[in-house]
Amino acid sequence: MANEIDRRTFLRVAGLSLGAGALYQVAPALAGGLADGEGGDVAEAQRRANGEAVTPFTFVQLSDTHVGFSGPPNPTGTRAFERAVELVNRLERPPELVLFTGDLTHDSDQPGEPEARLRRFQEIAGRLKVTERHVVPGEHDAAADGGVRFRGVFGPTSYAFDHRGVHFVALDNVSRARPEVGPELRAWLRRDLARFSPTTPIVLFTHRPLFDLKPEWEWFTADGDEVMRILAPFENVTVLYGHIHREDRHDLGHARHLAARSLIFAFPDPVTAAEKVPARFDPARPFHGLGLRLLERGAAAGGRLDAREVELTLRERSGTEGFAQLLRPTSL
Amino acid sequence: MIATPLRHALLALALLTSPAASLAAPASGEGAVRTVEIVAHRFEFTPGEITLEVGQRARLRLSSQDVTHGFYMKALGIDATIEPGRVTEVEVTPAAPGRYTVICDHYCGSGHGGMKMTIVVR
Repeated sequence: MANEIDRRTFLRVAGLSLGAGALYQVAPALAGGLADGEGGDVAEAQRRANGEAVTPFTFVQLSDTHVGFSGPPNPTGTRAFERAVELVNRLERPPELVLFTGDLTHDSDQPGEPEARLRRFQEIAGRLKVTERHVVPGEHDAAADGGVRFRGVFGPTSYAFDHRGVHFVALDNVSRARPEVGPELRAWLRRDLARFSPTTPIVLFTHRPLFDLKPEWEWFTADGDEVMRILAPFENVTVLYGHIHREDRHDLGHARHLAARSLIFAFPDPVTAAEKVPARFDPARPFHGLGLRLLERGAAAGGRLDAREVELTLRERSGTEGFAQLLRPTSL
Repeated sequence: MIATPLRHALLALALLTSPAASLAAPASGEGAVRTVEIVAHRFEFTPGEITLEVGQRARLRLSSQDVTHGFYMKALGIDATIEPGRVTEVEVTPAAPGRYTVICDHYCGSGHGGMKMTIVVR
């Protein structure tokens, strides 16, 4: 092999869950100080092929905030979401982007309430000290009205942008009421990707999984296979999604599918659980299941990245003393 | 929404390729067809469980009491939309025994995620 770092390893989007979402580091080999030598060669080859070289940056995925949800699985409302925002703002290496993978709000039949919940989401998300925030809808945001309200607040539900040599695609798989992308959006995706070389790193973020994770729990996208066929020519594809309220990693061909946890409650393991029921709320550990997995560069040579699991606790992460204090408005 | 003819074509393809069901024959053997009425309403199907026999052709007559619902079970090749005010018919001939969970896959409200029923095939 000409280079010790092959192209795919070099460009991999190293995704590790943040519990409160997920923190991703792009081109970790470069971040590890290998911008010269082999890493630099690959970067230059990328720049020539794609017009822009990949340069290191981090970003965060947050998912399933369900603003407006009220019920036994989580009586604390938006507290986990707000906690996550605080934590992201305290990260030693600030992310350049924050992506929200759907179900920003919990739906409501009450007139005016869906709009109020979208505004509340915007208010909390607006506290993030990042330059760019990007959202895709979940079914609770957009399925009831075909995405009309969502588009009124955030603009198109599917779109694309480039950032430091990575092509990002937001793909709506909820607004048609069924779990599907649909022929029009698939055609749009095909056109959008046509200008990129196969070596361009692609990060596609959406709400539902694009593969049959658990169809009987509606954890699938009916035309997900067709979407993945459109992405098949690309060597480095990362699909970020939410919906399942738990971490998951699934490698299919050139694509890695990563789910982030919810910020409202957790769903059980689809392999072992008979029913899709939210995890029971534990007042002693109100953020249980909403912990963190931080991606950090280890001390070892070669820029290897180490994962550190951190479960949010009241005392360590919020400075509060217990569940009762958490529920007091002044505790934040 | 996938146009109805396309959905029917996809359903037919799914039926042909499904390990658990086979495409119903044309209506020549009407006497052998078992008919089951299923009513959808937010966020339940009634009845919540039905039993079919392996190899026996069944006709499911689906109706909605409120909004549009879905009726989806991939392994049985079932993929239908239930519009209020009309009956949607689905035919299935189960090929393998088991318990199959049918879900509503057309978003119908905040309880949509738990809307399901069971088809027992023996």
